[in-house]
Amino acid sequence: MIAFALRRLLFGLSLILFATTATFFLVYRDASLVTRNILGEGATQADLDARAAAMGLDRPILVQFLDWLGGAVTGDFGQSYFSTESVASILVSRVPVTLSIVAVGVLVSALVSAVLGILAAVRGGVIDRIVQVLSVIGMALPNFWVALMLVVVFAVTWRLLPATGYVSPAQSVSGWLASITLPVIALAVASIAAATQQVRGAMIDVLDTDYIRTLRASGVRERSILFRHALKNAASPALTVLSLQFIGLFGGAIVIEKVFALPGLGTTAVNATLQGDVPVLLGVVAVTVVIVVAVNLLIDLANGWVNPKVTLR
Amino acid sequence: MTDLTPPVPTAPALGAGRTSIIRMIVRDPLALTGLIVLLLMVLVAVFADLLAPWDPLKPELALVNAPPGTPDHPLGGDGAGRDILSRLIFGSRLTLLSAALAVGVSVVIGVPSGLIAGYTGRKFDAVASWVSDVVLSVPNKVVLLAVIAAFGPSVLITMTAFGVLLAPNLYRLVRSQTIAVKNELYIAAARVSGLSDTRIIARHVLYVVRAPVIIQSANLAGIAIIVQSGLEFLGLGDPGQATWGSMIGNAFAVLYLAPTAMIWPGVAIGVTVAALVLVGNGLRDAVQGTSGRAPRRRHRRAAAVAVPASETASAAPVAVSDGPGELVLEVRSLRVGYPHGETTSVVVDDVSLAIRRGEVLGLVGESGSGKTQTAFAILGLLPRGGEVLAGSILVNGTDVVRLAERERRRLLGRAISYIPQEPMSNLDPAFRIGQQLVEPMMTRGLRRAAATKRAFELLAEVGIVDPKRTFDAYPHQISGGMAQRVLIANAISGDPELLIADEPTTALDVTVQAEVLALLRRLQQQRRMAVLLVTHNLGVVADLCDSVAVMQNGRIVEVAPVTELFGNPRHDYTRKLLGSTLDDTDARPAYREPDAAPQEARA
Repeated sequence: MIAFALRRLLFGLSLILFATTATFFLVYRDASLVTRNILGEGATQADLDARAAAMGLDRPILVQFLDWLGGAVTGDFGQSYFSTESVASILVSRVPVTLSIVAVGVLVSALVSAVLGILAAVRGGVIDRIVQVLSVIGMALPNFWVALMLVVVFAVTWRLLPATGYVSPAQSVSGWLASITLPVIALAVASIAAATQQVRGAMIDVLDTDYIRTLRASGVRERSILFRHALKNAASPALTVLSLQFIGLFGGAIVIEKVFALPGLGTTAVNATLQGDVPVLLGVVAVTVVIVVAVNLLIDLANGWVNPKVTLR
Repeated sequence: MTDLTPPVPTAPALGAGRTSIIRMIVRDPLALTGLIVLLLMVLVAVFADLLAPWDPLKPELALVNAPPGTPDHPLGGDGAGRDILSRLIFGSRLTLLSAALAVGVSVVIGVPSGLIAGYTGRKFDAVASWVSDVVLSVPNKVVLLAVIAAFGPSVLITMTAFGVLLAPNLYRLVRSQTIAVKNELYIAAARVSGLSDTRIIARHVLYVVRAPVIIQSANLAGIAIIVQSGLEFLGLGDPGQATWGSMIGNAFAVLYLAPTAMIWPGVAIGVTVAALVLVGNGLRDAVQGTSGRAPRRRHRRAAAVAVPASETASAAPVAVSDGPGELVLEVRSLRVGYPHGETTSVVVDDVSLAIRRGEVLGLVGESGSGKTQTAFAILGLLPRGGEVLAGSILVNGTDVVRLAERERRRLLGRAISYIPQEPMSNLDPAFRIGQQLVEPMMTRGLRRAAATKRAFELLAEVGIVDPKRTFDAYPHQISGGMAQRVLIANAISGDPELLIADEPTTALDVTVQAEVLALLRRLQQQRRMAVLLVTHNLGVVADLCDSVAVMQNGRIVEVAPVTELFGNPRHDYTRKLLGSTLDDTDARPAYREPDAAPQEARA
């Protein structure tokens, strides 16, 4: 188990290094482009050069990269091109927002899809068909459009929940819940649709196995067979889906945040992309990858628990 | 649809590709609808110039936020005064092109690399799988933002990049399918007969992965449409083009003035993606056969009494001895079948047998003769779709076929218990052995401490040397012979009166077989259990059974005490069965090794 955890950790670290390196060289731009963008058309060449020197952009690209990497390891992601704020402080204020909707979204998705998937697999018949139809609809609707519809219905027409903005749970827990409810629903719909299919398929497979028949023949109660034995065995494929869902929801959050005007990583990343604010974008990529790796590590460990054979690989 | 999570297709049946893919889709009404919708979408995109009543980019002041139903503009105008219907029609172009581009790129990258990695393995596999894991671990929209930051908002570049990001989905699929096919015998045969690897891949492997790739591509196309629309919605697309995503974005800006404007593009995206998903699902179901559907829970009781036992005059022999002791099991004119719509395939027909306390009845016959189905019917655990169509099963005088499901289940593990054929697949891989022994006992009312103590005793009783270690082990950590002992311990833990053993030694090594048989014999004699022993091995019958019932094609053809059956078989089939065993025939001298015992003589 420990060797398994170490292997997964090593993969995670290599992933972080690879993703940040690739992004750095992908979005790297010539110093004159950056400084022109900051200082505007009126700036002279001397101004541009001075600015580039001040920002360290006149150094060789490899030196700049190693400098950035060295800083990033200690939590220093440099300075935004367009504001006086450090990237680290921007990230610190944005991460909780995105993490709120993504984490709650994954939880909601896991719970709902487990219930629906088991129901469809065990009951079959009409219930199964209804779940299937809902799941096709859920997969087909773009999440940002669902978000807009939710805003129109719940925020604009019925005025039940706020349409925009984010309340920190430190300020007010109920306010926090109200502010993330619609984003979480919009985010979770597609994820529920996909995960329900997986849970259903996994449950059908498991319920057909020999050991389930033997458990029944041993007199074990149906409740325990479904919720202890079948669920634990179906959990392994479902957890793999969950980790992919988590990554997917991070991407989804980028669009959802815009609809609800949430000040999260997504909004930050989109604005940085539109402005060409490279340090901020790099910081967002780095922190996203770190979070994803950490969560996947947890899911891998959970997988090792539900499926003892996994750790042997 | 979430960005990176297409439904992972479960490996479809391998050879299921001989009918054409188009025919598979056409047979499923939902998939056919999806296909027609997609074709219509393509036609709309191709003939957008003819179909659209107005220029999609030309603003008109009078049309700003015009409501649906405005004369000549059925869907009204957007915030800039452009005709929504025309924009919708033109929007299909970029949307479909984006999807095609992204899927095309991912097929071009994912399929060949998956084939090579799966077929040759080794270094390429290691590297490609690592890259694929890396790509799958990064939120793809974040990467796309970086790509847009680097190259500007070009749909062409963005969707090519997205195709690269989607490729691992196909890579993993094709790789696992290829590995599965590679180990098939016909591929080995092709290799032996001298076909080159390239030809084998092109002819055999590609043929098998074709359907899964199309299914996955349909899902990926849906994802591509949604992601592309999302980027357009964020304003990261090409502003000079009408697209469904940017239309939703524009409508979002005038949300309070014209709330209906966002419905149309959303519906357009939804319908297109749903059509893709339906085509994919239809194809998946066709490839996997009917197993894609969850079973409907049947009311077995109602079906079982369709033909009451008393009404079927039975001419078949009844396996009942005249010995002393009360009847533990009595099966009368049992018929088991699997209904498929109008027809029913009957696997057990008019089977009657009886076992007294302390008696062992062997149920023999070749595979497919209905022995195991009879055993499952007695347990009430027929595989999905199977039903008792007629007859009765009396356990201690009670007809269990007529009992409610719940009451019937209560008999299992108590009055009746079961030893399966294949020990390794009959232990739950996710739980320790000990838990699997303790849980049934706790269900019967023992406290955990008492059940644990009893589990240790039972493990010792079935001859396990280190009960503590086995108790704490997971099933994959013990041998097949040990697993079968564990299952026997589990079967006797409820002190059953009737033990149903389905080929209990078939899956074991020859040396272990003898030990397990000896164990069964000892337990049966000590506990005076009635045993129904399903087997095809006449050596086992001779060793353990008091009487034998011979099955052929779902019917019992002969019943006799074991000495009589071996000494004086009456039915032709029984004689054939006896004649086909190796017991009394010598191996040809030339091939006989000095001390080789005939395989079944030991039993």
